Amino acid sequence: MTGPLGGKEKLEVRKLGVHEIEDIALGAALLGAGGGGDPYVGKLVALGAVKECGDVTLLSPDEVPDDALIVPIAMMGAPTVLAEKGIGGKEYQTLFEMVSRFFGKDIYAFMPIEAGGVNSMLPIAASARLNLPLVDADGMGRAFPELQMVTFTMGGMSASPMALTDEKGNSVIFETITNKWTEELARAVTMSCGGAVSVSLYPMTGAKLKEYAVRDIVTRSQKLGEAIRTVKSNPNKSPEDHFLEAAEGYKLFKGKIADVLRETRAGFNFGKVILEGIGECKGKSAYVEFQNENLVASVEGTIVATTPDLICLVDTETFVPVTTDALKYGKRVLLLGLKCHEKWRSEEGIKLVGPRYFGCNTDYIPLEDRCKGGLYHV
Amino acid sequence: MYKLGIDVGGTNTDAVLIDENLHVAADIKYPTSVDIYDGILGALKEVLKISGIRREEIGQAMLGTTQCTNAIVERKNLAPIGILRIGAPATLSIPPMVDWAEDISRIAEGIAIVGGGFEYDGKELAPFDRESAAQFFRKMKEKGVKSIAISCVFSTVRNEHELEAAELCREIMGGDVHISISSEIGSMGLIERENATVLNAALWKVAEQFTEGFAKSLAEEGIVNADIYLSQNDGTLMTMEHARKYPILTVACGPTNSIRGASYLSGLKDAIVVDVGGTTTDFGVIQNSFPRESSVAVTIGGVRTNFRMPDIISIGLGGGSIVREKENGEITVGPDSVGYEITKKALVFGGDVMTATDIAVRLHMAELGDASRVENIPQAFAERAMEVIRQMVEEGIDTMKVTNADCEVALVGGGSIILPENIKGASTVKKPEHFGCANAIGSAISKVSGTLEKLINYDETPRDEVLAQAKEEAKELAAAAGAVPGTIEIIEVEDVPLAYYQGNTSRVKIKAAGELGTG
Repeated sequence: MTGPLGGKEKLEVRKLGVHEIEDIALGAALLGAGGGGDPYVGKLVALGAVKECGDVTLLSPDEVPDDALIVPIAMMGAPTVLAEKGIGGKEYQTLFEMVSRFFGKDIYAFMPIEAGGVNSMLPIAASARLNLPLVDADGMGRAFPELQMVTFTMGGMSASPMALTDEKGNSVIFETITNKWTEELARAVTMSCGGAVSVSLYPMTGAKLKEYAVRDIVTRSQKLGEAIRTVKSNPNKSPEDHFLEAAEGYKLFKGKIADVLRETRAGFNFGKVILEGIGECKGKSAYVEFQNENLVASVEGTIVATTPDLICLVDTETFVPVTTDALKYGKRVLLLGLKCHEKWRSEEGIKLVGPRYFGCNTDYIPLEDRCKGGLYHV
Repeated sequence: MYKLGIDVGGTNTDAVLIDENLHVAADIKYPTSVDIYDGILGALKEVLKISGIRREEIGQAMLGTTQCTNAIVERKNLAPIGILRIGAPATLSIPPMVDWAEDISRIAEGIAIVGGGFEYDGKELAPFDRESAAQFFRKMKEKGVKSIAISCVFSTVRNEHELEAAELCREIMGGDVHISISSEIGSMGLIERENATVLNAALWKVAEQFTEGFAKSLAEEGIVNADIYLSQNDGTLMTMEHARKYPILTVACGPTNSIRGASYLSGLKDAIVVDVGGTTTDFGVIQNSFPRESSVAVTIGGVRTNFRMPDIISIGLGGGSIVREKENGEITVGPDSVGYEITKKALVFGGDVMTATDIAVRLHMAELGDASRVENIPQAFAERAMEVIRQMVEEGIDTMKVTNADCEVALVGGGSIILPENIKGASTVKKPEHFGCANAIGSAISKVSGTLEKLINYDETPRDEVLAQAKEEAKELAAAAGAVPGTIEIIEVEDVPLAYYQGNTSRVKIKAAGELGTG
């Protein structure tokens, strides 16, 4: 949304309300690249908060002072527990007080840590309840399964001090020596607190935010959601073209899910989904491998996309994203690739989240070269 | 003795009479009336007339009805209710009905979230706040509310707080208050379970009307010896008394009944059932003679719920589907349909709209109406239209499959005359006799069940042994409810480990079902 002054003029104040939340949830499900799960409960938490406390102001990173304290908000634990216990509502006040006390200054704004699933929604609730702005940025530009898989890691930042609270009012701040310790300690406390807790992690200054965060992710989610919702509204374009243009996606394959192989290891959901071509892909086959999120896509034995580029499956009729936990035989899906954020394409980025980190025996080659433009791209 | 099965659909009310050996003695269709009772009465008179069976020979009468679904979708006759959720300080940020449409959330006269609830492992989240709950019940009583929905965090693991609240509610609001408890209605996922409970609470008037109306129409026809049952959506029956308490369980019993009816008529125990009506075709799956349950949240009238529902997909294809040729020569069938007006509007009935039925008559797949009126449809056009229909059905069948292997298919429903018998993906296609009334037959052959729920300590007795014993007890409960002993099977086993208890304790829920004796 840059104007004639190259984005330096005062940006218009953007508000997130009920309508925007619906679209952001839908769009974030696509950016989740198969992961993040069903954002439904998260959406209810965000809706409940804006209905009670009013709309949320969205800030561009450029509007954040360099010395301001910015804190990402997320949930940790089992989505099934969250679906039973929800969020009490006072958790964000507790996190605000704990973290502000720790740094000796008040939190200026919240932000999401990832796009996708409930974690795209909870920071909106936190902002609404504390009447603080939300920064239009996150640490992934998509979803990833592990704590250190954020662009902030490349900026030398640590998840610690990480604040954790449950709905009953128990709270703790972890100061740890590595992110691995943060994860281990936080998981143990999460189980004792009943299986799902609210956390803040990777606290940072405005300056670091501007340098390392993935920008415009909330706006992008919202636009994607809106495009999916209105996909049939343009009489001059087919819904599929309309969707691919809005997503800036590379069409990789269109097929029917012929088989889903699953395995649960160390708390992660591993698997492979096999597609049998339909329409212009009839007679061909493709597969996608995933670990919570989609990792590698291959068509007719040739890899066409790998992590960290986004590999997404959407319903061929509604274009609603299909997450890896909802893959089911017979479903007709469109396989598409979205370019990941530039930062992930650096040597350091590839080391953190490239195909080899996930045990896939292939080098990272950018999506646009891998798929040679795909079947369709604008 | 005979069983009488009735299914009230949107277009037709079907009635069947079935003898002791479960053979169909007579089946008829009668137009559904606006108030449904005239339709039931008409269907009753008709089926008794053509069968010649004496009224006193009818020992059981079963009704399957869409009244509850319609009430929710149309927002009609829903009663004002109060909603109590136990779970504070958890869940406070998601109040009940937060994403409901305004036109239906109006049914709530009052909402309260009070302290209480449990953790995933059965530990107490907070003590039950009796005083706040009592205050809420007193307020609801003052407002004249007659029905209360009670939900509680992790009540699927432990239901004590819900039961305590229900008892308190009855003490304060009186013995005639309607109480709906979430642990008895839904499964994991508080919001969806609570939603189903709220709908259940709002349906008590509708339930009273259709249970009384059914009893009255039977009495009027002189059927006085029959025990009366209602079909529920898992393929088993409930008594009138149970249906008044859990009306929400009748939602979607129609598709369940047609799947079970199709299974019975075709003799298939594992198959895909294709039920073709006037406007839509439903695809369902029969596994071991029961419908496969849906694993995703089911939305009814815009409200998301998670209680058991058959896994069904519907497409806009039926006997009355309108057939058109686009400018580019492409032929479309449906999704719009002439519906119940088919007997006026279809070509073979003297109308001027080309329907899927007309195509079937043209291709000599069915004999119906005046075949000479469709002679001028070119053979090639009719064949192409049939190809479109075939593809729609093949895709539907494929979507319901869990593997690529061919499976058996049963075709039922009044509209199934429009389907070809040669279908890709099907190893065999059976179109059984009486296929038009599969749902009423499904209703008539529904099973009766017994459910056992208790805490079991596996350290005291080995798991296999104690589970086997519990299954026997569940079977005894089903027999006590009227099931024929030799036919009783276990249809559901739930085993939730309770980590907070001493030893290796689980909450076990076992449901057994068997055929209803003709008593």
